[in-house]
Amino acid sequence: MVSAMVAARLSPVRVGAVMGRNVGALRSGPAYWLVVVSGFFEPVLYLLSIGVGVGALVGRLEVGGGRVVDYAAFVAPAMLAVSAMSGALAETTFNFFFKMKYAKTFEAILATPVRPVEIAVGELAWALVRSAVYTGAFLVVMVAMGLTGGWWALAAFPAAMLVALAFGGVGMALSTLMRGWQDFDLLGTGQFALFLFSGTFSPVSDYPAVMEAVVVATPLFHAVELVRGLAIGQVGWGLVGHAGYLVVMAVAGLAFAARRIQRTLCA
Amino acid sequence: MQSLIHARGLVKRFGDFTAVDGIDLDVAPGEAFGFLGPNGAGKSSTMRMIGCVSMPSSGELRIFGMDPVRDGVRIRGRLGVCPQLDNLDPDLTVRENLTTYARYFGLSRAEARLRADELLDFAQLRDRAASQVEPLSGGMKRRLTIARAMVGDPALVLLDEPTTGLDPQARHLLWERLFQLRRRGVTLVLTTHYMDEAEQLCDRLVVMDGGRIVAEGSPRSLIAAHCTPEVVELRFAEEGDHAGKLAGVGRAEALPDRVLLYVDDGDDAVAEVHRRGLAPSGVLVRRSTLEDVFLQLTGRTLVE
Ligand SMILES: Nc1ncnc2c1ncn2[C@@H]1O[C@H](COP(=O)(O)OP(=O)(O)OP(=O)(O)O)[C@@H](O)[C@H]1O
Ligand SMILES: [Mg+2]
Repeated sequence: MVSAMVAARLSPVRVGAVMGRNVGALRSGPAYWLVVVSGFFEPVLYLLSIGVGVGALVGRLEVGGGRVVDYAAFVAPAMLAVSAMSGALAETTFNFFFKMKYAKTFEAILATPVRPVEIAVGELAWALVRSAVYTGAFLVVMVAMGLTGGWWALAAFPAAMLVALAFGGVGMALSTLMRGWQDFDLLGTGQFALFLFSGTFSPVSDYPAVMEAVVVATPLFHAVELVRGLAIGQVGWGLVGHAGYLVVMAVAGLAFAARRIQRTLCA
Repeated sequence: MQSLIHARGLVKRFGDFTAVDGIDLDVAPGEAFGFLGPNGAGKSSTMRMIGCVSMPSSGELRIFGMDPVRDGVRIRGRLGVCPQLDNLDPDLTVRENLTTYARYFGLSRAEARLRADELLDFAQLRDRAASQVEPLSGGMKRRLTIARAMVGDPALVLLDEPTTGLDPQARHLLWERLFQLRRRGVTLVLTTHYMDEAEQLCDRLVVMDGGRIVAEGSPRSLIAAHCTPEVVELRFAEEGDHAGKLAGVGRAEALPDRVLLYVDDGDDAVAEVHRRGLAPSGVLVRRSTLEDVFLQLTGRTLVE
């Protein structure tokens, strides 16, 4: 296995050093913190306005197997998946692209023993840290509002981390292909479309058949299904499929990104 | 003794463009080795291959006796690299730039702190340690980049145009630092467009042009091999074919603003000039420099 060979040669010290650089950059000023904090509030605001606000009109919702939950409890896990996604994407798109293309950070790093794949893994691990902060805080909000409980909340957390890895990996891969900032508008639009239509605010079975087929193929749908299943304690074999989809995204994204870093910066 | 850098028929291609076109190199431990050459000659491309960042398209390359393709990590661990363009980390302070870089080389946090303190002194940047990188002057950034290259305690330091854009004070400070490194037995490989720098710093150098090595030797031996010992620069108030009247005195080269005479003895040549009835408005006799050799080998016109 190629990935096993790569993993065997990864140096935890060097991967840690790549992450450590980002910890240092955190101290560089309040601007970064402002971005980080606003990233947390976004899904909370959606939860309150749509989950609770619209939920008052919608009432309760049938989620299969004869189970019925509050609309807010249906939307909250989706917002958890979204916050995992956007936390990871924020790092692996904007920040990653800046470091790769403008600040020449990676170019400087590649003159040291650190290898392209170690940069990719370090950056993804860092994105995971940011995502963990968002999702951790969001889970606390969910528990406080009674939208998930006890062990299920704990089970939802690693699921959200898998979501972060998947989107972080793919986001990083996309960043290595970006030509300039204008491409990020496209990415933002795509992200928003996923956010609206991935079974986030209504069950996909309510969509027209064609649309349902499309949505079922897209990544955030699988992320939402996995996280929701665990958060509301609706577990089945389907979750394994969703998790598999996300694992493939993470591994493929990471491998592609590492390869592109090598191609572009080690020419 | 084994070469620190050993290259045979080294080639670097970018698509169908050949940037480095089959060069042979041997650099011994402790040597200071220089690359000269006009813009686009292939100096940086060669440096990047030696730095094990860019892989050779063909040919043989060994650094510390190891193969860059297989042992890149181990080789880079013993290298210090100062790239042509500064790539300091804008999100970090001066000190963090050093400590963070040390971590890439696998130093512990404590070691990294110690190393950063030493190097801040080395670069005379201690009082700017907490500053961000952006407000530093060009010379300070360059010093920091070179200090950063020293973080892994390298046996071989690669400096791509280390002093370009620096004022004379900063250049002399850097030269002095590089001498210090040499005294400690560090091998230096550098590129430069300053001939005086090459003469000052390099035991041996090569002149590259169009991806090939066109001359090799010590600064002195290059001058001896490719140029006369002295050069007479003549300026004339009125236009005319002055060079034509100098046949036999020495090789004469007519430039728009003056005539250069390449001769063994400058004073004799000046006497001969006057004997032939020429009345230059300005006369300068000087020793040949590497710059004369360089221009002779690579031509005076700008070829892009
Ligand atoms: N990544 C690259 N892709 C395509 N062409 C390249 C690349 N890097 C260098 N070149 C080309 O290779 C040639 C040699 O470039 P190089 O940077 O090695 O020259 P140099 O001797 O360092 O010049 P300078 O004195 O201007 O720094 C140039 O024509 C350059 O355009
Ligand atoms: Mg160059």
